[in-house]
Amino acid sequence: MTSTLEAPEEPATTPAAPPVPARRRRPRRLGLRDRLFLGVIVGVPLLALLIFVWLPALASFALSFTSWDGLSLSEIDWIGWANYREIFTNYPPFWPAVQHNVIWLLFTALLPTPFGIFLAYQLDRKIRFTRIYQTAIFLPMVLSLAVVGLIWEIIYNPDNGLLNGIIGAASPGTHIDWLGDPDLNLWAVLVASAWRHTGYIMILYLAGLKGFDPALKEAAALDGANGRQTFLRVVFPALKPVNIVILVVTAMESLRAFDIVYVLGGGIGSKPGMELLSLLITDNIVGETSHIGYGSAIAVIMLLVSLTAICTFLVQNFRKDKEEA
Amino acid sequence: MSATATPPAARPRAPQDTPPAGRSRPRRQTGRHLFLGGISLLWLVPLLWAMYTSLRPYEDTAKNGYLSWPSGLSLDNFTDAWAQSGLAHFFWNSVLVTVPAVLGTLFFSAAVAFYVSRFDFRWNIALLMLFTAGNLLPAQVLITPLYRLYLQWNLPGWMSDSFLLYNSYWGIIVIHIAYQCGFCTFVLSNYMKTIPKEITEAALVDGAPVWRQFFQIVLPLCRPAFAALATLESIWIYNDFFWPLVLIETGDKRPVTSALASLEGQYFTNPNLIAAGALMTAIPTLIVYFALQRQFISGLTIGAGK
Repeated sequence: MTSTLEAPEEPATTPAAPPVPARRRRPRRLGLRDRLFLGVIVGVPLLALLIFVWLPALASFALSFTSWDGLSLSEIDWIGWANYREIFTNYPPFWPAVQHNVIWLLFTALLPTPFGIFLAYQLDRKIRFTRIYQTAIFLPMVLSLAVVGLIWEIIYNPDNGLLNGIIGAASPGTHIDWLGDPDLNLWAVLVASAWRHTGYIMILYLAGLKGFDPALKEAAALDGANGRQTFLRVVFPALKPVNIVILVVTAMESLRAFDIVYVLGGGIGSKPGMELLSLLITDNIVGETSHIGYGSAIAVIMLLVSLTAICTFLVQNFRKDKEEA
Repeated sequence: MSATATPPAARPRAPQDTPPAGRSRPRRQTGRHLFLGGISLLWLVPLLWAMYTSLRPYEDTAKNGYLSWPSGLSLDNFTDAWAQSGLAHFFWNSVLVTVPAVLGTLFFSAAVAFYVSRFDFRWNIALLMLFTAGNLLPAQVLITPLYRLYLQWNLPGWMSDSFLLYNSYWGIIVIHIAYQCGFCTFVLSNYMKTIPKEITEAALVDGAPVWRQFFQIVLPLCRPAFAALATLESIWIYNDFFWPLVLIETGDKRPVTSALASLEGQYFTNPNLIAAGALMTAIPTLIVYFALQRQFISGLTIGAGK
């Protein structure tokens, strides 16, 4: 952490990044107290970030090659790739979990995401009540996933839920157990998650559309393009930065999905038909079945997948910065 | 849900005549209003259903079924859920976690953003990326080692009656700050870049120390960004379910959102009570959302949309 404390001095002597100095030159004589102040206010959050976020992320990586009961540090044994081999070949919930995460991603990317974009496009014009519509559709996003889970539990309840009541499947014998049936429950959860995701995408896209030059749209209309053509050929390509953000958001949300499945699954960890990578990790943290190596290996797999999304996001956002500099 | 799949196909008819005129002179938009109104209603159904369920006495629904005309509505389920489960206590836990976590996040991310945007050093972008990327890591990737770390980390008794970072509010607050700083730093540094350099340079020439630039010039200028982020972060942190679920032992120390999972089944034994409990938990976020909708949305979109 000392590096941040000394930071202010160094670049002053050696002009840093070549393109920068000319524009950003300024008197820079930071006294000891200034440097101390900066060092503390930046050092504290940086330390917290490193200790509580990046250290555990790296530790997951290291622990994935070990076998450990979690009790004493001296019991950690290096076992190489064995955890990975075990997970791939001998850990029944793993492949279903991968499959479900992929289904989650595809479903979210193909239904609620485009629908949210579509709604945003419909709402981005001067029509009455547009705020009311936005408020209603975005509302689920404000609720915690735990609350969303409970609300949908009341809907999916096989005996007295709204859904079975409406389709007439509430009486004994015709029961549809939306959350219990392993062939159905993932889809039931996905609908609940889509309910929330659509509004999120809609709001993100609306913000993007606000920054879109209406003249382009008018020009397209003058050229005889209809609504769909205007959107697909003019608006959508022009909003590439927003599209990337939405892609990253969708991917990350699909990968880190946890709360809603946990609540709708009855709060006991993974349940047949609803295994997800995130749940397998928590399955392996505590309790007698705890298998820290397994949990960490799954965490590493999640980490690697999420890093692709993270890098996409960073490249998208920081390339712009470099161009500006 | 099938409703969401169909409209796109039916759409092109309506927009054809509207986009050019839509900006200047709104025409008849009946079709669009029907569609958007329908979707909005459909989106409200789950929440309205929960409200309806929560307002009906259990005896009524037990006799007539849930999908029936009410014989009477009352707030009894709310008072029962409140009293039986001791919700007040869990709400207080949420306050104890959310308030310091939001304030800490805003302060420290403002500091990092200030540093990154006002002083140019070689590793500025790297530092910013480190923070931003940290926020994008899925929480589950960190949780196993974090859990072990919390069990090893001793705290004095006045900070935590478990004498550990595990099972203490400090632990939850710290992980929120460390994790959420990434997002806020990202947003605030973009915001601070829009503040003209001349302002702080003038202060520097006048010999104002850095801490005064930070507290008296930059922070006040960031007020709009703080308003947006404070709204957003309060809701996010209040809504967080995962950290206390793992890092606080089951019991009465969890904030209300995480406590819901264990209250359900223990106290909320029928759908009416579950609905009442869920809605009460949602009330603070709904109030904030309706009161500060603009802040909330701009917080969300300045971060993501830029």
